[in-house]
Amino acid sequence: MSALAAISPRRKRTDLMFRSLLLGATLLALVPLVLVIYTLISKGAGAWNVSFFTTDPTGRFFGDPGGIKSAMVGTILIVAVAAAIAVPFGIGVALYMVEYGKGTRFAGIVRYFVDVMTGVPSVVFGLFVYIVLVLTKIGGGFTAWKGSVALALLMLPVVTRSSEVVLLLVPNSLRETALALGAPRWKVILRVVLPTALPGLVTGSLLAVARAAGETAPLLFTAFGLAATSANLGGQMNSLPIQIFNDVQKAQDRLVERAWGAALALVVMILLLTLVARVVQRRSATA
Amino acid sequence: MEASSLNARGDRSILERSPLAQLPDRATKWILTGLAALILVIIAFFFIRLYAEAHPAFAKFGVFGFTFDNDWNVSAGIFGALPLVVGTLITATIALMIGVPIAVATAIYLTELCPGKARGPLTIMVELLAAVPSIVYGLWGVFFLIPKLKPAEQWFSDHLGFLPFVGGSVAGPSYFVAGLILAIMVLPIVSAISREVMATVPVEHKEAALALGATRWEMIRMSVLPYSRAGITGAAMLGLGRAIGETIAVTLVIGNAPVIGNSLFSQGYTLAAVIANEFNEAASNPLHRAALIAAGLVLFVLTLLINAGARYFVRRAERMGGINAAKGDAGARVAAPGAAA
Repeated sequence: MSALAAISPRRKRTDLMFRSLLLGATLLALVPLVLVIYTLISKGAGAWNVSFFTTDPTGRFFGDPGGIKSAMVGTILIVAVAAAIAVPFGIGVALYMVEYGKGTRFAGIVRYFVDVMTGVPSVVFGLFVYIVLVLTKIGGGFTAWKGSVALALLMLPVVTRSSEVVLLLVPNSLRETALALGAPRWKVILRVVLPTALPGLVTGSLLAVARAAGETAPLLFTAFGLAATSANLGGQMNSLPIQIFNDVQKAQDRLVERAWGAALALVVMILLLTLVARVVQRRSATA
Repeated sequence: MEASSLNARGDRSILERSPLAQLPDRATKWILTGLAALILVIIAFFFIRLYAEAHPAFAKFGVFGFTFDNDWNVSAGIFGALPLVVGTLITATIALMIGVPIAVATAIYLTELCPGKARGPLTIMVELLAAVPSIVYGLWGVFFLIPKLKPAEQWFSDHLGFLPFVGGSVAGPSYFVAGLILAIMVLPIVSAISREVMATVPVEHKEAALALGATRWEMIRMSVLPYSRAGITGAAMLGLGRAIGETIAVTLVIGNAPVIGNSLFSQGYTLAAVIANEFNEAASNPLHRAALIAAGLVLFVLTLLINAGARYFVRRAERMGGINAAKGDAGARVAAPGAAA
């Protein structure tokens, strides 16, 4: 035996008890994940077949309810346009905060309000876009691009904050070297800072896109409706979350089955995006 | 600047760029600053428009009356949002009471106890909870959780009716189910931020506790938890902000009854759910629409206050971490919004 005093049985018991409790809580946290994924696959995979992905919802009260082609096309288009707005905007703001505004009061205020935007519920963004763009009938009533604007507002703070963190990691020596060699500031940003930070920027943007792709509430007030496949951003457009929401509320078995299939498709899309983001991140970490 | 770069003859210094070559530099700076300023403009505009559109409701019922009157009656044109505010607070409270202890326990387990090999996969699995969209949780809640939980809830209600807020018949969709779903959605956020905060606990504190003979749990209780208390509080508040604003999942499982239910298992309504649900019928009724937008404004202000509080706590934890980190590890940094996790 060692010279150290042995730990009393009571303390040992307490230690064991709390360690098991912590392990138990961790496993408990995974129960919903397992249940959700299990239910999704068992109910959703049954709905999947070729026609499920190649037909539009028919809207008929009996018989074949149709598939989710228009919803998938709509989600991809709306989210792509949202990303095209939010990613450059967000990275631009992050570049300002890191490259030009570092330590200034203005940059501090901007950062504060970006944080404020992070906390704004998605439904409020939806309302805002509805008030500003839909009610005023700019370019028609409900249109897909307005949905993209709402999603972009949602993605913007996420892109900005994650980009800022990554840009701060770019070593200052790199910037100074380039400046000392006579490169103008904009060239330093374009040729040194951005390429160095690229994998992190891609990861942050993809995660923001993945988050926005599953949002329902902002689209409810903006892109809304239309069952047929459409590539017209100036008109109404279907999307996976809206399709699921409508099907659930009708509460008919065949529509609910389609909702499960659509939900599985949506989760697979989001997981793929998340996976790509993680791979990019890992690759940059090992390089 | 101008003067110093001129030589005696008034020409440019040979090291200075021509005005034309300076143009892209200036343009970049102004464009980027403009983008940053645009964010402030959007938020100011956001607030003003929201207030202006909500004004008819506030003008009719008063800001105080709208928020705290217990009568939401669309057909009578009376809009008092108290049932919605109460529903929002009840569901968020349930979510925090269930979600935060589990999230913090998960964070402690993953940072302090978990064997190295299992840590990565377990962390990813907890984070995956955040990747499932709100609508999918709603779908799962309606067709899986509600039918499966109902017998258990009814048993609970029948046998433990002496407890406050328990008893009576179980509705199916209820405050409790909504709170449970919110707990699941809040869990990964709270857990991620708690983990980051716990990672900033100086290793000296932990080693000192262990060297003095503390068991693992005693070390956690005496050095990890006190050190990360502020950060965990902040994490819980960010979770609260998320729970309050969550819309679609709650709309599907709360029952959408605009009254204050008398038990945990009765149907209710939340601010966010009422907006999503009544939005369509409100399109033709300006007062109804104004009331919904006012509900959005109340929600916005509520989340604003909560998030400001959360940021205060997380930043305090960050600063505490910063003081110790200055000695060695400068990378200890807490990302305030866990949304990217």
